[in-house]
Amino acid sequence: MEGKDERIGRTGKAVTMRVEHGKIREFARAIKDDNPLYFDEDLAKREAGGVMPPPTFTMTQAFWDDGQSRIDLGLDMRRVLHGEQEFEYVRPVYAGDSLIGQGRISGVEKRPGKRGGEMTLVTLETEYKNQRGEICMYSRSTIIETAKPVEKKD
Amino acid sequence: MERKKLYFDDVKEGDEIPAFEVKNLSRTDIVKYAGASGDFNPIHHDQTFAEAARYPTVFSHGMLNAGFVSKCLTDYVGRPALRRFKVRFTSQVWPGDTITCGGKVTKKHEEKGEKRIEGELFAKNQKGEAVIQGSFVAALPSR
Repeated sequence: MEGKDERIGRTGKAVTMRVEHGKIREFARAIKDDNPLYFDEDLAKREAGGVMPPPTFTMTQAFWDDGQSRIDLGLDMRRVLHGEQEFEYVRPVYAGDSLIGQGRISGVEKRPGKRGGEMTLVTLETEYKNQRGEICMYSRSTIIETAKPVEKKD
Repeated sequence: MERKKLYFDDVKEGDEIPAFEVKNLSRTDIVKYAGASGDFNPIHHDQTFAEAARYPTVFSHGMLNAGFVSKCLTDYVGRPALRRFKVRFTSQVWPGDTITCGGKVTKKHEEKGEKRIEGELFAKNQKGEAVIQGSFVAALPSR
């Protein structure tokens, strides 16, 4: 690949989301996680320092930004799949905290498609800071644009 | 109430993470996750839309399946211990599927002054097909 893809470094609008206990409980139920640390505040305080959100909880960011922080990935959204997702936890987050998420495109890679053509992999990294400005976590999503389908002859 | 805690000293490379199973995933389960996450892509709840996109029916959000894997993992290491969690989506999960999540410890080491374990994770359907392949890093207390 010659040169750097011009999409790398593109940023979205920063989003502030409150980490709410009610939302944590709802999210934990949806992923069938009955861990009392999500439901019992006293137990959570003793064992974990507070109610921590489930590992994948920042996926709820959509409630706060309503799509406004979305970055133009330059992809055909009809051929897009969520390929990979990674979370890195730097500091604990608790119910009551605010998280400020700032997303940017951290990588673009092109690979030959399984059935010919070319697929594009875009990595979107969101850095989350708390209300004290401390980095708490990173979320990295790899979005795949599959190769253009070959004309079907069936 | 004292709940069991995982200690670095008690973990061996090769140890298996106790499995977590979700039986007969329903459309309601999928809709519940759409509501909880805010991801209302119609491919996950709208039969007409799914058929128009040439899928036999709706399928669950990859991040719902990832949530089941995270539940399996945090039951083992404890939520505060988690340092890294990564998943790769390898296949769709359909209504009626039974998903089994599990994994194993592959490495023990020290990093950033912490005693850490690393491992592999998986979720598979009732046919044994992988729907998620993943990995994790956790920091554990020692005795």
